[in-house]
Order: sequence, then structure tokens, then C-alpha cells
Amino acid sequence: MIVVEAFNWILAHQTEFFSAFNRHLALCLISLAIASAIALPLGFWVARSQKASFVAINIAGSLRSIPSLAILAGTMPFLGIGLLPSVVALVVLAVPPLLLNTVVGIREIEPSIIDAADGMGMGRREILWQVELPLAVPSIIAGIRTGAIQVIGGAALASFIGGGGLGDFINAGIAIMNMPRLVVGALPIALLAIFAEVFFGWLQRWLTQRR
Amino acid sequence: MKWVPKHLDTLLEALLQHLYLVVTSVGIALVISLVIGIASARHPRSFGLIIIITGVLFAIPSLALFALFIPVMGIGTAPAITGLSLYSLMILIRNIGLGFQSIPDDVMEAAHGMGYGRVRRIWEVELPIAMPFIVGGIRIAVVTVIGIATVAAYINAGGLGTIIFQGIDQRFPEKIIAGGLMTSALALSADYLLSSAEKYLRRRNGRPA
Repeated sequence: MIVVEAFNWILAHQTEFFSAFNRHLALCLISLAIASAIALPLGFWVARSQKASFVAINIAGSLRSIPSLAILAGTMPFLGIGLLPSVVALVVLAVPPLLLNTVVGIREIEPSIIDAADGMGMGRREILWQVELPLAVPSIIAGIRTGAIQVIGGAALASFIGGGGLGDFINAGIAIMNMPRLVVGALPIALLAIFAEVFFGWLQRWLTQRR
Repeated sequence: MKWVPKHLDTLLEALLQHLYLVVTSVGIALVISLVIGIASARHPRSFGLIIIITGVLFAIPSLALFALFIPVMGIGTAPAITGLSLYSLMILIRNIGLGFQSIPDDVMEAAHGMGYGRVRRIWEVELPIAMPFIVGGIRIAVVTVIGIATVAAYINAGGLGTIIFQGIDQRFPEKIIAGGLMTSALALSADYLLSSAEKYLRRRNGRPA
């Protein structure tokens, strides 16, 4: 069985496997964190104006039409190969879904709720932290979920531009037509994505029900 | 811009291959999901389970999915179309199932009372009502698959991804940009065309007969 052979290979090459695995995970987490730091404040700022929201939603929508592969490959001419272009590309991949969901989450809050908060004497800052943010959280988590899936998939492609990670095993496996080696890369990537999907799905439901 | 004007035929061939991959895989998925969609309208509980399973499978990155098919199917068009069909299937089942579930019970009963047989009811009542959802599903599936199909070039399935991969291997930015822009132009025009169709169908269905 190929999967058993793949598992044996991992047992025999633990350092090699875990350094690629950790690199993959680091790529995903760093990019997702940077993307959130950009998209969330930007989303809150843009959501104040209807026109700006419309523009932001449309730009984010068109950005998502560019295939992940092209975004990763497109950073190469500017930034060369390695970790930096990969992280930049993954940030570009993750920002649109995060921005989209943040803006939609805030725009969907009933204006009367904001009015009520205003009437209770809450300041702008208080409204942001105590009213808008908590109400938009389920939508933001949905954005992080989509962004995380994008980033995990994109990180697999990062191997093409020298970003390292588990994609290296897929590349090596195809290059030398070694099926177990291919599975050493592909299966953990698939499991990582499934884990992220299930985890964020659960988080989203938990946060929505709690209210 | 030196390479593109001299290689328009190469670009056109890649574009056609890309379209072939997309149309074939969405077509296969459409047939399967129509069958499942019609059947699921009467089994909401099993449909809920299908939604969860397809959602989880959809999360699997394209490169990993294609790679996992190679030991079984080798490389080339077959594993690529299988993978792309699976992604479209996950999108289409969701939308088509919701379309058929949106049909009110009294409409079904009325058709039954008017003596419509099963086939005629599906063809003349259920399908037209579900049509905007079906086209909406096709739109999302086509746009998604156009993007994912670029990765299929890695397993020798051809398409616009070939140009992008050549650009990476030869450090040739123009090829990367040409391949990427053509892919997103294709996705945006498909999105525009199919969303116009979807809007037209919704308006037509909304009008009282």
C-alpha cells in the first residue's frame, strides 16, 4: 500500500518531514495573520461609507478571479524566489475573502442598533468595540475560514517558487515518479485543509449560537 | 511585450484546452448533480449530510487532490478532469439541491392533482423553478474551475496553466502575466455572462404567470 509506504518514509525521515510541515504551517499562519492585520481594520474603515464598501467589494471580487497559481508566480519577477514572495502572494490571496466578509458583516448590522448605542451615549470607539465588532464576528470568522482554505491550498503551490513546505514532497514525487513520496506531501496538505475547514466551521457555529 | 504577439496561436490553443477542461468537467458534474438534486429534494436529511461531506472535500487543495489521483490514474487529462469534476460537483450539488428544495409543496401537489406524471412534473414544473439556482451553481462552478484548472497543467493536462508554469521555469515574467491575465479575463467574462443569464431567469420566474 502506498499510504503505508508513505507513512514508513515519514517515520524514517522525521526531521525532513517535520521541517517541511512546520514550514508549511508557518507560511499559512504568518500570511493569515498579516492578511487579518490588513483586512480587518481596512474593512471597518471602508464599511463606514456605502460607496467605499461597494468599491472594496468589487475590487476584492475581481482579485479573487485571478488564479492562486498566477498570484504566486506573479510575485516572482518582483521579489525573486523563496519565503518572502510566497508570504506576499499568500497575503494577497487571503485579503479579499477577509475584507469581503468584514465589510458585509458590518454593513448587515441594523442601523437602529447603532442608533440605540449612540442614543445610550456610547462614543464612536465604544460602538466599534462593544457593538459593531461582536456583531460582525461570525461573518469575520467565515472570512477567516475561506482565507485559511485559500492560504493552505496556495501554500502547496508555494513550492513552485521556492517557498518550501509540504508541496516540495509532491514536486519531488512527480519528478521521480515516486508515488509514496507524492502521498507524503499530498495527504498531510489535504488533512490540514480539512482540519481548518472543520475547526472554523465549528467556531463559526459556536459563535453564532452563543448570541 | 515581445513574446505574446508572436505566439498568439500558442495562447489560443492553451485557451481552447482550458475551455475544454472546464466545460467537460462542469458538464459531467452537472449531470450527476441534477440526478442527486432531484432525488435529494425528497430527502432533506441525507441532503444535509451531503452538504457537510462536500464542504469538507471542497477544502482539499487542488494540487494535493490532483497528486492523490496520480497513483491511480497516472498523469494527463483523465485525473485532471476527474479532480475538476469533483470540485464542480461539490458546488453544483449544493446549489441544485437548494433549487429543488425551494419548490413549495403546494406546487408539487397541484402538479400531481393535475395528473402530471413524475417525468412530466420534473420536466415542466420542477426544472423551470429550479433553473435560476442551477444556472447560479453553474456560474460559481465555472468561475472556480477556471482558476483551479491552471494547476492541472502541472499534471500535463494542458491549458493556460502551461503558460504560467513555463514562465516560472524559464523566469519569464511576460508568460506568467499573459497566462494569469487570460485566466482571470476568462473567469470574469464567464461570471458576467452566466450572472446575466441567472438574473434573466430570476426575473422570468418572478413574473406571475
